[in-house]
Amino acid sequence: MFEYFYKYGSPRHFYDLSKMFVPWLGGICLILLIAGLTGGLLFAPPDYQQGESFRIIYVHVPSAWMSLFIYVVMASAGAISLVWKVKVADALARASAPLGASFTFLALATGSLWGKPMWGTWWVWDARLTSELILLFLYLGYMALQTAIDDRRTAARAGAILSLVGVVNIPIIHYSVEWWHTLHQGPTITKLDAPSIHPSMLVPLLIMAFAFMFYYAAVVLLRARYEILENERNSAWVYELTEQRKG
Amino acid sequence: MSSLQSFLHMGGYAIYVWPAYVLTFIVLILNVILPLKREGQFFRALVERKKRLEKAQ
Repeated sequence: MFEYFYKYGSPRHFYDLSKMFVPWLGGICLILLIAGLTGGLLFAPPDYQQGESFRIIYVHVPSAWMSLFIYVVMASAGAISLVWKVKVADALARASAPLGASFTFLALATGSLWGKPMWGTWWVWDARLTSELILLFLYLGYMALQTAIDDRRTAARAGAILSLVGVVNIPIIHYSVEWWHTLHQGPTITKLDAPSIHPSMLVPLLIMAFAFMFYYAAVVLLRARYEILENERNSAWVYELTEQRKG
Repeated sequence: MSSLQSFLHMGGYAIYVWPAYVLTFIVLILNVILPLKREGQFFRALVERKKRLEKAQ
């Protein structure tokens, strides 16, 4: 098993795999995006309370889910690179941070655009909003740490520890709407009983969530590939790659 | 009002709904373009270095 792991965990193999998978993942993402947007913007009926403004849900909720998911991936990759010193795991963690920060920013910004017409304010120090803002700071802190430390191995270790400590924030964000009954609405989809949303609204939302998932998979491979090139810039195989690109 | 106009109008919420979508797609597209550009720059720099080394020989 470990032989397999090392073969596909080697930077060179990872680079080739990334080249192969990115176009497929990107293509699937585009198809899902078109389907999700059509369903969400054209076919889903307006909400009986919020009218057309609820359509922000199709970018807001998938972004918020991704902001949490990517953090967990980043911290797990950090743990793997900490314990087994797998270079690819380190590259994945580094590549995840800007994407996670982007999705966290989007969740906050689109939430703000939704909050203004519905709650009458752009921002409120609600438990969900505040904990999501802390998530953004965790991502930014991780990224700052990576640029501040010149030695990549030290940076990877420091980043992994920071991201692992920050994991405590993830359940806080998730349960914030139940623990503190502040302004943000409770969960409508991830409940134990049936979701309180009509299928015509739910299906496009799930499609958008999958589209964002494929987007992340494609772009994190793209970014991790670059991290690996940077890391291995003096190795023979990276040098050979220039041969293919010149012609 | 034509159906396209009413679609763009978003029941009066156009100034909130469309910026949310536009912002999302700007961020998503930037996250694809920037790493691709960086990769291109990386290889160009590498090719340059190679040319210099070949010249020096």
